Formats: sequence, structure tokens, C-alpha cells
Amino acid sequence: MLEIKDLYAAIDGNEILKGINLTVKKGEIHAIMGPNGSGKSTLAKVLSGHPAYQVTQGEVLYEGKNLLDMPPDERAREGVFMAFQYPIEVPGVSNAQFLRLAYNEKRKHLGEEELDPLEFKDLLKERAKVVEMDASFMTRSVNEGFSGGEKKRNEILQMAVLEPRLAILDETDSGLDIDALRIVAGGVNQLHNAENAVILVTHYQRLLDYIVPQFVHVLANGRIAKEGGKELALELEQKGYDWLKTTGSEASGVGAQTS
Amino acid sequence: MMVTEITERENLYQEAFRALQESAPDPRGSWLARLRENAMESFQELGFPSTKDEEWKYTNVAPIAKVAFQPQTTATDQFGAKELASFSIPEAEASQLVFVNGLFRDDLSSLTALAKEVVAIDLSRAIADERYSEIVRRHLAREADHIAQGFVALNTALASSGAFVYIPRGTVVEAPIHLLFLAAGSQTASFPRVLVVAEANSSATLIESYVSVDAGQYFTNAVVEIALEDGARLEHYKVQRESAEAFHVATTVADLGPNSSYDSTAITFGAQLSRHDIKVTMDHEGAECWVDGLYLVTASQHTDTHSVIDHKKPHGTSHQLYKGILDGKSRAVFNGKIFVRHDAQKTDAMQTNKNLLLSNEARVDTKPQLEILADDVKCAHGAAVGQIDEDELFYLETRGIHHDLARNLLTYGFAEEVIGKIKIDSIRTQLDEAVLNRLNARLEA
Repeated sequence: MLEIKDLYAAIDGNEILKGINLTVKKGEIHAIMGPNGSGKSTLAKVLSGHPAYQVTQGEVLYEGKNLLDMPPDERAREGVFMAFQYPIEVPGVSNAQFLRLAYNEKRKHLGEEELDPLEFKDLLKERAKVVEMDASFMTRSVNEGFSGGEKKRNEILQMAVLEPRLAILDETDSGLDIDALRIVAGGVNQLHNAENAVILVTHYQRLLDYIVPQFVHVLANGRIAKEGGKELALELEQKGYDWLKTTGSEASGVGAQTS
Repeated sequence: MMVTEITERENLYQEAFRALQESAPDPRGSWLARLRENAMESFQELGFPSTKDEEWKYTNVAPIAKVAFQPQTTATDQFGAKELASFSIPEAEASQLVFVNGLFRDDLSSLTALAKEVVAIDLSRAIADERYSEIVRRHLAREADHIAQGFVALNTALASSGAFVYIPRGTVVEAPIHLLFLAAGSQTASFPRVLVVAEANSSATLIESYVSVDAGQYFTNAVVEIALEDGARLEHYKVQRESAEAFHVATTVADLGPNSSYDSTAITFGAQLSRHDIKVTMDHEGAECWVDGLYLVTASQHTDTHSVIDHKKPHGTSHQLYKGILDGKSRAVFNGKIFVRHDAQKTDAMQTNKNLLLSNEARVDTKPQLEILADDVKCAHGAAVGQIDEDELFYLETRGIHHDLARNLLTYGFAEEVIGKIKIDSIRTQLDEAVLNRLNARLEA
């Protein structure tokens, strides 16, 4: 489904990703872990097409197509979804309006008929159960005045409505209390199936207790320093990230770093 | 050439003025005739304002002075109910006064939804009716300044028709009263005049809308005077959708009684050049006002809002939110003055002007001004000029929404803060559609 080959990317001339290789097949859940500044959020943003990042080398194939050639909106219609670490507030646009518009853009793209507001309301009501959101959230402006936990739940609601084939969750666990974490993780688990794939970008092992990955990749200094199964996450939990600086020796030389 | 044009223009206004004076039943003696006389004298002295005048620094009205607009003195019988249909507001279907080129059209108006104690009639009829003439005399030309302001002077001299709305003590008017000003024909000048008197503890909604049936060039010069007595409440919507070639100059003055409430929303879409002066005087304790607006302009449109909120007595509250969306080479001016006089302790005043520029060639001049002479007050003001937020845009795009549509959605969201407060559903829906249509038109261009 996704093939990342020798990917280099920079922001404002600072190289953050320095040769990422990663393959994700449908039905899989991958976790990308790593210390602050290792490039894991950058990877998520590059995959979703953030205009501030320049890919300087390498390629990304999604369903066999060149993902990097597509503008962000096209990537989304093709089934790539990113849950934001810091979801954006959109004043004046109601959640329901926004979701229906996004949903219908995708339907149009797939040659399907658009849903009218009433039909969509039914669908939305059904999907909202996934993250236990009640109707009052639908008439409010997108994310405006939402708590941190509500914003993250709203991201997963969008995922539930748009049904992506590839979902990238960027630090979705950050700032969540344990109840919100359980709801968000439960939502992702309900949405995951044999036909789609999930990439979890996270600093902490905690999320992986709820959403269990088959593969864990640890980033350090813009490269994958270590890979393994879900047990690798537990190892990191015990040892922290410091030991990577010595074992991931080929990725040494600290460049400019951002998260 | 210039001289000829100006002479011709002045002659047309002069002629209309003389015709009006001669047609009055008691030309010399009546207070109205004297008022007009004074106003015409003022206008001849003042003329149209020039950009040397601080209040008109950014708005050049020379194009209005240059054209020989023909003041309308007799109502045309053009247009029927059919043409009106698209401009009517369902909520006000039976509480609507229609004016063509500023002149009242009884046959197109309908007032059956109003209780019989509520008066909504042609201003000239009110003046002639002994039940109302005293009320009109007491309030007309009291707040609108025909001595110092050229456009107000010209309106006062030439207004022959308009609306008189009178809400007696304690009356709650459910149906919104719609004053529909329809412009027709080319090179016409119209001088709508509106007087609203709301007695103690009454409550009403007023809609003032300006539309055109054909796309010609014309000049609207309107003056609206509002007097609210103790505890009266008025919701006031002004929707300006004149033709793209039109000139629109309007003055709104509201005088707020003790504990009264005035809620104004002014929407500006139309006209090549428009100017709105709105002044709210709070010379009694405990009054509250909202003075809000939205201007959405494109191409080479120019719009100017000058507002004055004058807190003179204690415990007054004012809220002001003006938003602007500018595209093409359009230009907007916002000048908002808030005075808090020496006696106006415990005043709460909040003023915000926010502008969204959709093109690099659009320009806005914004000047919020607070002048505070009292020492125990809560006041804040701010102005902002910005562009579409890149983070918001990217967020929408990552949900599959096309770039252009995402921009439109954000622009719509920006306007929504003002449109969303409108309590009349059909106006809100119409404006939502108008905003989205405007934005689509921009995409096609």
C-alpha cells in the first residue's frame, strides 16, 4: 500500500529526514517512535503534503502511484488521512457542514452520488458513536472551543466519516487523559480492518497498549535506527531513547532538529 | 466641460427643490418648508464633501458630484408584484413598505400583519396627518445634521417620501417591518428618508434593504433617524445590495433612551461607491447597543463606514464588530469612534474591526478610535487586516477539500460571525448564498 524509499526532506533548508525506508501493507498497524526532533512528525507531515516541507530525495509510492506528485487534497480523496497533533480551529464553519463537504468531495472523486444534509445527518450520527460524540458537537464550529481531548476525538470522527485506506495519526495520544485515550484508541481499533492500514506516530509506549502494532520503527536523527515487533516499544519504555545515540551510530552527527 | 456638468447638476437639484417647495400646501409658513429651505441653503454652502475634509479623507465623492442625476419627484408605476418577489422577505410579506426610486408605492406595499396601533406609512402622509405630524415634527431632522453634513442637507432638502414607523408604548411587533428601496432606471437620484419612533417598552424589528431591478448607474442618498424611548428595543438590519454601478450614501442616527436597546447590523455588498455614517447617541443611563456590520467588496468597489458611538451617561454598553472581505482592487475604509464622556461612568465598550484580504491589490484603511474622559470604564478596541490562514487552509485540504473550495469555506466562515447573528432566517440564508455566490464568481473570473 505504501512504499517509502530513501526519503529525504527539509524545512527552511534544514534537512530533517535523511533516508527513510518503510513499507506498509494493507491490514497492518505500524508505530513510528523516537525522541523529540527525530523526524517522526515531519514524516507524517510530508506524507500528508504539508507545503512547508520540501522533499529533496527519494520517493513515496501509494497504491503504486507517486504520492509526492499529488496535492494534499488529492491525497486525501485517494484515501490518505492524517490526524493532526494540533487540530486547527475553523471559526464560522460547523462541524457538520465541514464533514459533509469533505465526505461529498470524496464521493464525487469516486464517482458516487453526493449525500444531502438529511442523509448525511444519519450517517454522521452513526459514525459519531465510534468516538462517543453527541450531536451538540456537530453544530459547533470545527474544533472551536473544543478541549484537547474533544479535538482529538473530532479527528477520529473525521477518520470515521472519510474511511481512509491509510491513516496516519500524529501524536494522537498527546494531551489525552486516560478516558479520552481509551475512547480515541477504541475508535481507531473499530475503524481498522484487513483492507486499511494505520501508522501511529508517538513518543510514548502508552498508546500502544490500546492500539497494538505489528511493527515498531524507531527514528533517530532522521533515519530508522531500529525496527522490531511490538516488544520493541516495551524495550524503549524501559530504556528510554538515550541508548539510540550510541547504537544508531551510522545516523550520528546531529543536524538541525525540529519536532 | 466640468463647469457645465456641475451647473447642470446643481440646476437639477435646484429645480427639484423648487418644485417640491411649490407643491407644498403652505409653501412659506410650514415648518417643513422652512426645514427644506435651511437644508438647501446648507447644501449650497457645503456642497459635496472633499477629501480635504478629515472625515472624507479616503473617499472621493467627486464622481457623484460630476454626474447630473435626476431627482425623482413622481412615483413611477413600473414594476408589479412579480418583480418584487425576488426581493421580498417571507417573514415580512405582510409588513412591507415598498419604494421605487425613493418614492412610496402603496400598491406594492402590504401591512396586514401589523396591529392597527402600529403605524408604518409614507412619511409625507404622516406629515399631513394631524395624528402624527407633531411626532414627526418633534423628531425629524433632530439627530441627523443637515447643517454640517452635505449629504444629509441634500436629503433633507429633497426628500419627498419615505417611511414613518411609530411603535406605541408597550407594543411588541412580531413581524419584522421591511422597508424595500428599489432602484430603477438610469441616472436617477433618490432621497429616502426614514423616521422610526419607538415608545417606551416597545419592541420591533426593522429591515432596510436597497436593491436594483436593472444594472444602471444611479444615486441613493438615504437618511434614517431612530428615536428609542425608555426601555424600547429595536433590531435593525440594513442590507445594501445596490447595482454594481450605483452610488450609495446613507446616514443612520439613533438616539437611545434610558435602558433602551438598539441592535444594528449593516451588510454592504453593492454599489461602486458606498458610504455609511452611523451614529448612536447614548444620552441616557443604561442603554445598550450593538453596531455591527459586514462589507464584502470586489473588483473596483469602494466602501466606507464611519461610525460614532457616543456614551454620555453612566451604565451604557456598546458592542461593535465590523468585518470586511475584500477582493480584486477593492478598497474599504472603516473609521469607528467611541466617545466616553465625563459623566459616562461604568461604560462598557468593545470595538473590533477585522478585514480579510483575498487579493494583493485590495486595500483597507481602518481606524478604530477610543476617546475616554470618564475614569471608571471598561473599554477595548482592536483592528486586524489579514489573509487566509495557511494552517486552516492546509487542514481543510487534508480532508479532501479542493484548494479553491477550502478558501471559499474559510471566507464564508469569516463572514459567518456577523451573518450568524441575524435572527431572520431568510435574510441569513440569502446572505449565506450571496457570500458563496460572490466567492464562486471570483473563482470564475
